[in-house]
Amino acid sequence: MVDDELYREIILEHYHHPRYKGALPDANLTAEGMNPLCGDELTLYLKTDGDRIVEARFEGRGCSISQASASMLTEAVQGLTLEQAKALQERVKAMLTGAPHEPFDEDDDLSALEGVKNYPVRIKCALLAWTTLEEILKR
Amino acid sequence: MTVETQTSYDVQTIRADFPILQRRVGGNRLIYLDNAATSQKPRQVIDALVHYYENTNANVHRGLHTLAEEATEAYESARMKVAHFIGAEPESVVFTRNTTEAINLVAYAWGLANLKAGDVIVLSEMEHHSNIVPWQLVARITGAKLRYVPFTPEGELDMDALERALQQEPKLVAITHVSNVLGTINPVEEITRKAHAVGAKVLIDGAQAVPHKPVDVARIDCDFYAFSGHKMLAPTGIGALYARRELLEEMPPFMGGGSMIRRVTHEYSTWADIPTKFEAGTPNIADGIAFGAAVDYLQRIGIESVQQHEQQLTAEALRLLEAEEDIVIYGPRDPKRRCGLVSFNFKHVHPHDVAQVLNQRGIAIRAGHHCCQLIMRRLDVTATARVSFYLYNTIEEVHAFWKALDDVRKVFGKYGGR
Repeated sequence: MVDDELYREIILEHYHHPRYKGALPDANLTAEGMNPLCGDELTLYLKTDGDRIVEARFEGRGCSISQASASMLTEAVQGLTLEQAKALQERVKAMLTGAPHEPFDEDDDLSALEGVKNYPVRIKCALLAWTTLEEILKR
Repeated sequence: MTVETQTSYDVQTIRADFPILQRRVGGNRLIYLDNAATSQKPRQVIDALVHYYENTNANVHRGLHTLAEEATEAYESARMKVAHFIGAEPESVVFTRNTTEAINLVAYAWGLANLKAGDVIVLSEMEHHSNIVPWQLVARITGAKLRYVPFTPEGELDMDALERALQQEPKLVAITHVSNVLGTINPVEEITRKAHAVGAKVLIDGAQAVPHKPVDVARIDCDFYAFSGHKMLAPTGIGALYARRELLEEMPPFMGGGSMIRRVTHEYSTWADIPTKFEAGTPNIADGIAFGAAVDYLQRIGIESVQQHEQQLTAEALRLLEAEEDIVIYGPRDPKRRCGLVSFNFKHVHPHDVAQVLNQRGIAIRAGHHCCQLIMRRLDVTATARVSFYLYNTIEEVHAFWKALDDVRKVFGKYGGR
């Protein structure tokens, strides 16, 4: 098998069956992300009630890593407070950039993204959704 | 496989000149199919760099000592080789960093002096960003307007649309000779003739043409022709602009500094003769000299032979990919209408993933928008995969690439790759 560490089963599974893909017309927080190097595009939609995310969705076109990562993100932030989402975003970013962070449990889908850090060119792909979330949370 | 290539030179002998082709990547012998991005360099070019730094390193066009004389002689002799390679006189060839800088030189030096509000610049939708963005910048300053000629579904320039654009009497038509995504060879002689008939100047982006096919700027009759050394066996950081002599003489300088002046007073300066007028400061002497060595290398083999060899590799790649139901090919199907590259996509796999999987076999291909977002938009994709060949690639490498596509299917296949 090629690139086991990168193309983890769970990544391919999210890529082919993205969890929350599609527009969210009543979203109150939206941001667009783009990776100018490879042309990957992503729109992230959040619908919040107070400071809680009640629904998250994404639309986009890109490689398996960027799309799987976006799918995992939308799944992981459903129901989180904005503060919790911010903490999660920082934790994933630290994992992908090799900074100190609290590791994810093996049965957490997000742990599958860790292998990406060994493929420097692909880190940006995995980060796209998370930097787009960062944009939203900065506001 | 029984396909044989009929190449007038011995490819294995050529390969022995390229040290990097011995490299292994992930345990596999490197198969380098990213030549449209940059070519590999033969020993002869690397030696020219080393020889210059070890024996004749000195600044050019100044100094009376032996080394300065030798360096100047080598640099100017390289200019002559590069000029003759495209059918030009050396005075008409300005050394630049690359094609991008050559086009920017024309945009700023010629464009700012000759374009005014409302003037039309005609480009095509198959241009590389380097032949779009400089014109957008200059259009913003001058108020000139950009008009884009689309390409047909077959990936050829829409000549009817070009004719319509020419009716607006543009000041400039700037078109690529060969598309770095579609591989299309544009009819630059016909385009130039028609553009001149309405009084437009013509710039040809030759970055993907000069390395791969015979180019004669006198025959094309264009006003400007830009190309890069690094895609034709020379080092990075050296390229060239051909411009019609009278235009170079009329145009104001692009950058000011040493070398490019005749006399400097407190208030004003006068300019050196062409092409020095456009080469401010200490030029890229070593890479310029190595550019000359690269041209020597290509001329020894014969650029026609290189083109013929690449055409066979391209025909084989097209034949193999066309038979694959899960693959889409972009650009003209006739290998004679294109240069040695093929862009393609798996219907269900992103090109980055294709490139990543092939890399595990030591196969280097390009995936991305190739600095051609207008093409991507027209093809309705965000990126494509691309294989691009050069004189040292073999038919066996084309086959190895094709077989490795099965690895892509193994990773992604069960989810609908095939």
